[in-house]
Amino acid sequence: MTMNRETLINSILGLALVAVPLIALGMDEPFIITLATKVAIFAMAGVGLNLVLGYGGLVSFGHAAFFGIGGYAAGILASHALNYEPIMTWPFEVEGTTQMIVIWIVALVASALIALAIGAITLRTSGVYFIMITLAFAQMIYYFAISWPAYGGEDGLSIYVRNGFPGLNTLDPISFFALCAVMLGLAMAFSAVLIRSRFGLALQGARQNSQRMTAVGIAPFRIRLVAFVISAMITALAGALYADLNRFVSPTMMSWHMSGEIMVFVILGGVGRLFGPLAGAGLYIILEHLLGSSFEYWQLPLGVLLLIVVLFARGGLVGVLAGERKHA
Amino acid sequence: MFTLFLEQLLNGLQSGVMLFLMASGLTLVFGVMGLINLAHGSLYMVGAFACAAVAAWTGSFWLGLVASLMAAAIAGALVEILIIRRLYNRDHLDQVLATFALILIFSEGTRWIFGSFPLFLSVPEFLTGTVMMPGEFQYPLFRLAIIIAGFVVAVGLFLLIGKTRLGIRIRAGEADRGMIAALGVDIDRLYTIVFALGAALAGLAGAFVGTTQSVQVGMGEPVLILAFVVIVIGGIGSIKGALIGSLLVGFTDTMGRFLLPHAFATFLDPASATAIGSALASMLIYIVMALVLFLRPSGLFGTEA
Repeated sequence: MTMNRETLINSILGLALVAVPLIALGMDEPFIITLATKVAIFAMAGVGLNLVLGYGGLVSFGHAAFFGIGGYAAGILASHALNYEPIMTWPFEVEGTTQMIVIWIVALVASALIALAIGAITLRTSGVYFIMITLAFAQMIYYFAISWPAYGGEDGLSIYVRNGFPGLNTLDPISFFALCAVMLGLAMAFSAVLIRSRFGLALQGARQNSQRMTAVGIAPFRIRLVAFVISAMITALAGALYADLNRFVSPTMMSWHMSGEIMVFVILGGVGRLFGPLAGAGLYIILEHLLGSSFEYWQLPLGVLLLIVVLFARGGLVGVLAGERKHA
Repeated sequence: MFTLFLEQLLNGLQSGVMLFLMASGLTLVFGVMGLINLAHGSLYMVGAFACAAVAAWTGSFWLGLVASLMAAAIAGALVEILIIRRLYNRDHLDQVLATFALILIFSEGTRWIFGSFPLFLSVPEFLTGTVMMPGEFQYPLFRLAIIIAGFVVAVGLFLLIGKTRLGIRIRAGEADRGMIAALGVDIDRLYTIVFALGAALAGLAGAFVGTTQSVQVGMGEPVLILAFVVIVIGGIGSIKGALIGSLLVGFTDTMGRFLLPHAFATFLDPASATAIGSALASMLIYIVMALVLFLRPSGLFGTEA
């Protein structure tokens, strides 16, 4: 029965994500559509993190770095295209672009390469070392973004016109929302397929008992490294969308606060649950909006609420509503 | 150039000593209780604000310093008794999230009470001015005093851990908490004391650093991350590692910022030398950390994690 209940909750969450902006469209409330877009994007960043954190048991505290890399992919390519400056002229000329598809590919490749390097070092460690080292690497990239003057440094980089997608007016809030929601859906579907595959089973096995995994002939390190890279790529894609949502990217996207927030989305919603990041991001944005509009110091009650969730509501929102998982 | 080099060396030493005050508490709490505490930077901030507020109110920096120790220790003890205590048996993920929530509460609470504008702490009268150092250069007296005070505290901490009954219990708690509880040590009280001790050290560092910089919300976060780098390099749980790591990070950071732009200027034009040099300098300690971990995954003095 518990599986059914989780499926029911998941359906309600999915429906709510689609229904709320449509109702907002009818009521002519573009701000709510933007909030829903933010939920979809944050949820996608969380889906990326959930892969390593929830299924792999690897507490990465540095996923904001990948979120920011995606953002900068969008910002840098767009700024070169809008200023008609090639990114490089030697050995061959590379132009900027305002096409989201190209930006996404660049974001995926860049984040994959950096995640491969970071993962290769950090995954040699475990437990609390892993938490701190992923944090430190993200800080390293953050400080690099701040001190590198070419792309705005601390001030960040504006994207004057939202990047384009073939056949879609991305400036129209509901169209851009639809794009983000579809991307989130694809990321979740991919994640669902992945965790049920042999690879996903190995990843979860490595979390539960890595020695036994080694004994049956599967090297946990390689499985984890691949998962880390895929996870970073999904989060980077979300970052590219986020930069386009705000038409702005700055080092703040890479700050450790952002890493903490992405982690909060996952945990608030339910660690290792497919719809957990969506539930968590949705709840977070609703709280931010409700508390923020009524109380200037809204992070204070948010902090208290988070504490209560950690101390008393283990399993997050989906966990509380759907009950214990059958397979822990 | 050479005197500037010596001056930067002293600045590196100062930053290393201050880092040690932060990192020692963090590493003790992890070593004894197995807790990763992100809110350690908030206790640093509490110390700085308590010092600034009391110093402004009474006009005495020394009372401010006492207040910073007291406020941070009390805040630490309260937080431990009310919240942290429930987290010892949880996994690191819960600890990270709960202490992240504590940061939100501390930062936003402080902003509520003191506002968003930075406060300034002034140096006590007789510590203003500079002293002539060997090598013929002037160095601010207060910074020198901070270095000495930091070393005194460090020595005190080593004596406390190494020579006193409390220190024996702390070390025993690191080794086997079940056993010392069975031997009749009140483990709950010991944990509260260790946490408050770490908090007081962080609060003291906050008051010292607040005097050379400004006192503002969020000031603890960059220091916290540096302290993480320190204890990862030194080996989590090792006070000796925290000392070596602090000095290494303090020197690397300060000297990197000073030397790298000069080094690049020997073969690049000044503008891009400054840009590349300072960008690389800001990443340098993380590169050092990655290098240490690549060679020794559990830090210089760490036991297998």
